[in-house]
Amino acid sequence: MARITAGVTTSHVPAIGAALDHDNDTTEYWAPVFAGYKWSQEWIAEERPDVVILVYNDHASAFSLEMIPTFAIGCADEFPIADEGFGPRPVPTVLGHPDLACHLAQSLILNEFDMTVINQMAVDHGLSVPMSLMFGRTDAWPVRVVPIAVNVVQFPPPTGERCFKLGQAIRRAVQSYPEDLSVQVWGTGGMSHQLQGPRAGLINQPFDNAFLDHMTGDTTYLRSISHIEYLREAGSEGIELVMWLVMRGALGENPTELQRFYHVPASNTAVGHLVLTASK
Amino acid sequence: MPDDSDLDDIPGTTVFTAARSHQGFHLNQFCMSLKDPQNRTRFLRDTRAYLDEWPMTEQQKQAVINRDYNAMIALGGNIYFLAKIFATDGLSFQTAAASMTGMTVEAYAAMMLHGGRSPEGLRSIREGR
Repeated sequence: MARITAGVTTSHVPAIGAALDHDNDTTEYWAPVFAGYKWSQEWIAEERPDVVILVYNDHASAFSLEMIPTFAIGCADEFPIADEGFGPRPVPTVLGHPDLACHLAQSLILNEFDMTVINQMAVDHGLSVPMSLMFGRTDAWPVRVVPIAVNVVQFPPPTGERCFKLGQAIRRAVQSYPEDLSVQVWGTGGMSHQLQGPRAGLINQPFDNAFLDHMTGDTTYLRSISHIEYLREAGSEGIELVMWLVMRGALGENPTELQRFYHVPASNTAVGHLVLTASK
Repeated sequence: MPDDSDLDDIPGTTVFTAARSHQGFHLNQFCMSLKDPQNRTRFLRDTRAYLDEWPMTEQQKQAVINRDYNAMIALGGNIYFLAKIFATDGLSFQTAAASMTGMTVEAYAAMMLHGGRSPEGLRSIREGR
């Protein structure tokens, strides 16, 4: 049987990808960011998961405003790297796991989560930057990926509670997949940041650290954060943090924190990163 | 109509609702077209002619020509779509963000290095907190 072994959360700031792609990762500005992932890279090289269910948001790359799916799942064989306006990042194509993805889509929809099914999609920094942070520079990603895209671009995104419950449904779906697979769930985006308007540059370290504290143990607080509270406290783009709750819901009760990293700033954003192991 | 009174209560912030998505549809779809390198070249070579291919309002076109990101957002632009414009210009997200705050790029970068902009006093207009 497939099993969820661990969860990872990380910010997916595009400038982190650019720093790596332009060999700026050892500069005074960027070295502390990458240092926060060194332990995690060694850990995942030991763990060798078969599949990552990677929860992220598209940033006007695959989805225009023609259609805005709230939850979508990538069932393709592979996902090419998107051109976001400056050419595609020079990183490998992301390989999917269509059989698991189709199983997940079917299970989730029959368990009341109305997923949009994607058979062709390019993926942007929202997905590729977490891959780079966890696997570094590589000619081929050492894992298959099932992308789950969450709308956080057009208000309202799904609620934190809804995301948490999607995670719980993902856990049940994975556990009903017959092949013996080690599966991780990653929740990406955040932490506090605002990219637009006169309030751009907002960072809320107390909010972020409380959020990190609550990712283990009781989840009542995290699940109750309203959209207006995210907007006021964590910035208009900080609301991406709802995606972390998909990962948290998928881990079951009382996960164990193996790694925690928090750093301000990366470009306009507070970087947060956790590695949690799932309860048995 | 949805009640957006809370969303409109956050200082210096425009929440991209379905109504704004409708208002800015063609502006944002134009931005989306800049994913294609050939379109980027055409846009930079003759911006006015390229914009005239899109059913945008004259105000929206002028805001793009002026690279006035606050104006583009007020006219329905979404920052992730508008990012295609400054990417085409070869500018970073931090440079574009700074341009919306009235700060110089240097002052904005320094603010970020010192922990960013505090939310104190910037949470709610009507509650003054």
